[in-house]
Amino acid sequence: MIRFDNVSKVYPKQTRPALRDVSLEVEKGEFVFLVGSSGSGKSTFLRLILREERCSHGQVHILGKDLARLSNWKVPQMRRQLGTVFQDFRLLPNKTVAENVAFAQEVIGKSRGEIRKSVPQVLDLVGLGGKEDRMPGELSGGEQQRVAIARAFVNRPKLLIADEPTGNLDPQTSVGIMKLLDRINRTGTTVVMATHDQNIVDQMRKRVIELEKGRLVRDQARGVYGYQH
Amino acid sequence: MRAQFVLSEIGVGLRRNLTMTFAVIISVALSLALFGGSLLMSDQVNTMKGYWYDRVNVSIFLCNKSDAESDPNCAKGAVTKDQKDQILGDLEKMSVVDTVIYESQDEAYKHYKEEFGDSPLASSLTPDQMQESYRVKLKDPEKYQVVTTAFDGRDGVQSVQDQNETVDNLFELLNGMNWAARAVMALMLVVALMLIVNTVRVSAFSRRRETGIMRLVGASGFYIQAPFIMEAAVAGLIGGGIACAFLVFARYFIIDHGLALADQLTVINFIGWDAVLTKLPLILATSVLMPAFAALFALRKYLKV
Repeated sequence: MIRFDNVSKVYPKQTRPALRDVSLEVEKGEFVFLVGSSGSGKSTFLRLILREERCSHGQVHILGKDLARLSNWKVPQMRRQLGTVFQDFRLLPNKTVAENVAFAQEVIGKSRGEIRKSVPQVLDLVGLGGKEDRMPGELSGGEQQRVAIARAFVNRPKLLIADEPTGNLDPQTSVGIMKLLDRINRTGTTVVMATHDQNIVDQMRKRVIELEKGRLVRDQARGVYGYQH
Repeated sequence: MRAQFVLSEIGVGLRRNLTMTFAVIISVALSLALFGGSLLMSDQVNTMKGYWYDRVNVSIFLCNKSDAESDPNCAKGAVTKDQKDQILGDLEKMSVVDTVIYESQDEAYKHYKEEFGDSPLASSLTPDQMQESYRVKLKDPEKYQVVTTAFDGRDGVQSVQDQNETVDNLFELLNGMNWAARAVMALMLVVALMLIVNTVRVSAFSRRRETGIMRLVGASGFYIQAPFIMEAAVAGLIGGGIACAFLVFARYFIIDHGLALADQLTVINFIGWDAVLTKLPLILATSVLMPAFAALFALRKYLKV
């Protein structure tokens, strides 16, 4: 699903690499926490997976494809198999819940019939049935993140990337979001989640990958957060 | 891809930057109207060149009896038959000369009457007051000076007139106007392009949320860029339409009605409607393609896909 071979990333005009010689593999259906302090390279790691950036050295394989050899115009096709969720939700404030989810299907050219069928389905899945016509501003943070997850999941991606999805939420709401991500994971979708939330990592007991100053310092099955604030 | 979705995006985009859209429309309209005007002006000059240059003669006016008394060029008296034969012979030997037509006093009187009718001056004229002349048609109208220098000041010749003198001034004026129009057009074009680039930049910035999401869910680059390019193209097309309307109205009001130059300057052969209408597709095509390419260029810089 994800394979990094000796991957390094140096941003232009910077001497210190953001990632240093990282090698790892994530199998289909896994749930992986990505931990590390700010500036440890978590975001770069995720950006390489999404091919927002290209690595400076080494190879990144996503869904069996070598991203270095993937031509620019094929990148959208690759991204359609990924879902992404962010700390700040990134919803469109002038569209309703249903429209926000439908947007992800409209822009990749899904038919209206397909959209009409899949949007209520996925909203039910994330527990927002009946709130289709609400505006994002009327929803709580947890609900907004559920909309974002619905949007990320509506195209049934094989891999879900979550960048601190609970970063803006209180602990109780976070637990709900984690349950939802766990449910999505159980449908066979691989989940990679960057987080700072110690409780969640310790509770879930999933695989933990820890980065420190760009290096992979820990890769532990059924791990705990470990990193001290 | 769903057309309705793209269309609604364009509408939203154009409304969001309403003032910018207007600025783009107006600058495109102005620059293309000037572009069309400049093309038509060139056409007009060519038309007039055809009209004048076909008929232009270098006219060699010969001395008559009254000139012999009043004109210093004719101090040696009216032209004699020998002098006339000499002039005709020399003219026919010149390589630049195409044909020579002799105009007698009676013919000159007749032409004068035709042109000026029963005006008081014309009615007091008699044929023997008219001048005999050689009307010379040249192979290359631009070379009239050769004839002028050869015959000016010769015995029996009152004056050599080339019609080009007056015409050339007109052409120079028209050409000058044409260049001025082109200069303003170029300036307006630069303004239009910069406005488009800026509009796209603002538009891309105000929609970065949407485009960011589109990118993440795997919308193709074309799908993300299309609304921006179409926005620019639609604004450009409206501007082009205005430019076309402007040209049609200009032709209508300056030549046919309003100023009605066609009635007042009957001596000038004006460009027809066909000249105007054939320019319109070119203007419309330019009005769509130019902003579209400007937008594409701007997107490469301001919108990551």
